[in-house]
Amino acid sequence: MRKIVKKSKVGDGVWEYELEAPLIAEASDPGQFVILRLHEKGERIPLTIADTSLEEGTITIVVQSAGKSTIELNQEYFEGEAIHDLAGPLGNPSEIEDYGTVALIGGGVGIALIYPIARALREAGNHVISIIGAQSADKLFFQDRIAEVSDEVIVTTDDGSAGREGFTSDALRDLLESENVEKSWAIGPVMMMKVCQEVAEEFDTELIVSLNTIMVDGTGMCGGCRVNINGETRFACVDGPEFPGSAVDFDLLAQRTEIYEEEEECALDEFLEGESK
Amino acid sequence: MTVREKAVPMPQQDPSERVGNFDEVPLGYEREAALQEAERCLKCDPAPCIEGCPVGIDIPKFIDRIKREDFQASINTIKESNNLPAVCGRVCPQEEQCQEVCTLGENFEPVSIGRLERYAADWEREHGTVDNTVEDSRAGKIAIVGSGPAGLTAASDLRKLGYEVTVFEQFHQPGGVLVYGIPEFRLPNEVVEREVENLKAMGVEIETNTVVGRLFTVDDLLDGNRVEKHDAVFLGTGAGLPYFLDLPGENLNGIYSANEFLTRVNLMRAFKFPEYDTPVKIGGRVATVGGGNVAMDSARTALRLGADSSMVIYRRSEAQMPARDEEIQHAKEEGIDFRLLRNPTRFKGDDGRVEKVECVEMELGEPDESGRPRPVPKGGSEFDLPVDNVIIAIGNSPHPLVPRTTDGLETSDRGTIKASSRGRTSREGIWAGGDIVTGAATVIRAMGAGKTAASDIHKWLSNGETWK
Ligand SMILES: Cc1cc2nc3c(=O)[nH]c(=O)nc-3n(C[C@H](O)[C@H](O)[C@H](O)COP(=O)(O)OP(=O)(O)OC[C@H]3O[C@@H](n4cnc5c(N)ncnc54)[C@H](O)[C@@H]3O)c2cc1C
Ligand SMILES: Cc1cc2nc3c(=O)[nH]c(=O)nc-3n(C[C@H](O)[C@H](O)[C@H](O)COP(=O)(O)OP(=O)(O)OC[C@H]3O[C@@H](n4cnc5c(N)ncnc54)[C@H](O)[C@@H]3O)c2cc1C
Ligand code: FES
Repeated sequence: MRKIVKKSKVGDGVWEYELEAPLIAEASDPGQFVILRLHEKGERIPLTIADTSLEEGTITIVVQSAGKSTIELNQEYFEGEAIHDLAGPLGNPSEIEDYGTVALIGGGVGIALIYPIARALREAGNHVISIIGAQSADKLFFQDRIAEVSDEVIVTTDDGSAGREGFTSDALRDLLESENVEKSWAIGPVMMMKVCQEVAEEFDTELIVSLNTIMVDGTGMCGGCRVNINGETRFACVDGPEFPGSAVDFDLLAQRTEIYEEEEECALDEFLEGESK
Repeated sequence: MTVREKAVPMPQQDPSERVGNFDEVPLGYEREAALQEAERCLKCDPAPCIEGCPVGIDIPKFIDRIKREDFQASINTIKESNNLPAVCGRVCPQEEQCQEVCTLGENFEPVSIGRLERYAADWEREHGTVDNTVEDSRAGKIAIVGSGPAGLTAASDLRKLGYEVTVFEQFHQPGGVLVYGIPEFRLPNEVVEREVENLKAMGVEIETNTVVGRLFTVDDLLDGNRVEKHDAVFLGTGAGLPYFLDLPGENLNGIYSANEFLTRVNLMRAFKFPEYDTPVKIGGRVATVGGGNVAMDSARTALRLGADSSMVIYRRSEAQMPARDEEIQHAKEEGIDFRLLRNPTRFKGDDGRVEKVECVEMELGEPDESGRPRPVPKGGSEFDLPVDNVIIAIGNSPHPLVPRTTDGLETSDRGTIKASSRGRTSREGIWAGGDIVTGAATVIRAMGAGKTAASDIHKWLSNGETWK
């Protein structure tokens, strides 16, 4: 059992949690994730470690309501309560070095996920430019925190309700036109990462993406998270989750996240029905 | 008195009924049946069956105690050498171990040792008394990594010797393959949970959700760095990584590794979706590739989840199938369709979902390294099999995380940890056993390795002899 030490809403449908996990806090590095199971009938869901506090012995996760499990967590679990299982840190950490100028692109919940990487890159001496985007202003969050760890921040919204109108990939293109960026990270929806990679390719610059596949164990034992990297099958949970965007078969990634569409809908309906009773 | 030629049959669920549920297939002997079967034992001395048992259970003795209706004495006899009889009575390949060398088997059917073992174990679960009190009688803390049969056995033996024992398991539930792999209808998870409860009652600590190599390392355990210091470590991390065929189309939707499929169903209880949150998507025509227990378990599980048809594609013939005879028989009774001497060559599907398996016919050639005839493809014999789901069950490889994060721990080319017959690895203070040392093998061998290592750990800690 893991206690929820703190819970707060950071945006529309997005909540931040501090969970008691002193050993994970000590052991984790930016880019790694945990697997969480809410209760005895719950599924194992992967969530990125967005921050850690050694003093408090906690890790921070930021959760966007996407389907049954994330909505259940966001709606029904409160400060002081406990979640059943938490395992981690999993996956390989981001490669942090002094590259020079780096760009970090976060879309949707990806905004939270670039935060620890941006901070580590900044501490390593990089000039950090962050591009954060959401559908609309009410879905944006973490702006202050991203600003704290970046030298420049560019905000985009699909509808122009905050920052510049358009996609993060458009902002990336403009940035690459004017600046010499050594390396970039893009974390967000598959489509966003795919398009960012296309932009990076135009400018012949390296882009890292973090692959949010479906996972079960998160330790290499099932292959449910398999992805195609340079034509070879790899497991996102142990070989990733970060890979060079140029090596990723994004269409396969998108295809495989659709496997359980019907079941996800069914689970959510059942849950919401139970809620309304 | 004449001996019955045939073994007393095991009552089992009717095939047409059992394909619709996840309940156990063999129902277990009733008292009368057990007594009758126990009658058949010839009490040979020396007893070949004891030789045939990887952990050397005194089989004639435990059977004799059943005959005398002293069931407590029977189970106590078994437990002197086997910590998990309720498990082994259900899943051990007795037909190639104790029962294969049974004297009676020379002319008649051998004594059903496995069924009797299960009877004694189930009797204990219902009527027996288990004394779980253990004193902290000895100084020494031992860490066990992995909670499969190897780890659980080592934990139990060391605890009984009076050591403080902690088991670290990466999953949220202990038991290893016994809970995530082997299906309910062969080994109910509840049987394993009960064993785990006994261990806890003995004072063994079980830390789940603990991925050793990520959360802390084996060296941290020995050095007392960030976690409590331990005097010895036993590694029982198993062979849990699925092999894929490496064929075109293998990442299409609808294709599972057996590990993912079985984990979803057994550990995550997807057969009760949506009551449980984890889904599994299986139905229509299901093809399982492979010929071992894992393949049989997968094909039979698919049927129970409502598949219209479930077939097994295997590249050799039935005689070479590594699955237990009982499993193959049960699979046949349930209507599993065996496509032997066939091998997949690619998977096809237009909308991102698998629709066909292209196979090639095989014939048996000269024996290969394994001593079995090598399957050779017949040129030009390719054909398509229409399918809706495919399960790849062609084997598992050792888990690399612990070797990779433990300096100086030697491994073989296959990735298994090198260990002596006593379980000692290349690193002082670290033992290993079970599938992580042998590659995918059996429950009883893993248990045996756990026992051997436990007694050697005790010897080493009490004698202070040098590591070799
Ligand atoms: C390594 C990794 C790190 C992640 N980190 C975070 C994080 O920090 N915060 C966060 O909110 N989410 C994160 N995700 C995504 C998160 O795991 C999923 O949103 C969650 O599992 C969905 O479960 P659900 O039951 O709520 O929704 P479901 O009903 O299972 O799915 C609802 C919708 O979400 C999509 N979906 C399902 N699983 C995933 C997935 N693994 N990734 C992306 N989309 C998915 C489905 O296609 C569907 O459209 C991460 C995923 C991975 C693999
Ligand atoms: C589907 C299936 C059916 C089978 N049927 C039979 C049968 O009928 N009869 C038979 O005798 N055998 C059978 N086997 C084989 C048998 O189950 C194995 O040989 C046996 O379980 C091996 O035991 P083990 O303790 O070595 O490892 P496992 O049972 O694999 O347990 C290893 C444990 O270690 C954990 N672990 C791994 N790495 C770490 C880490 N870094 N940190 C913490 N924990 C870790 C794993 O999560 C796992 O729980 C079957 C196997 C499968 C998969
Ligand atoms: S999640 Fe199972 S192998 Fe990656």
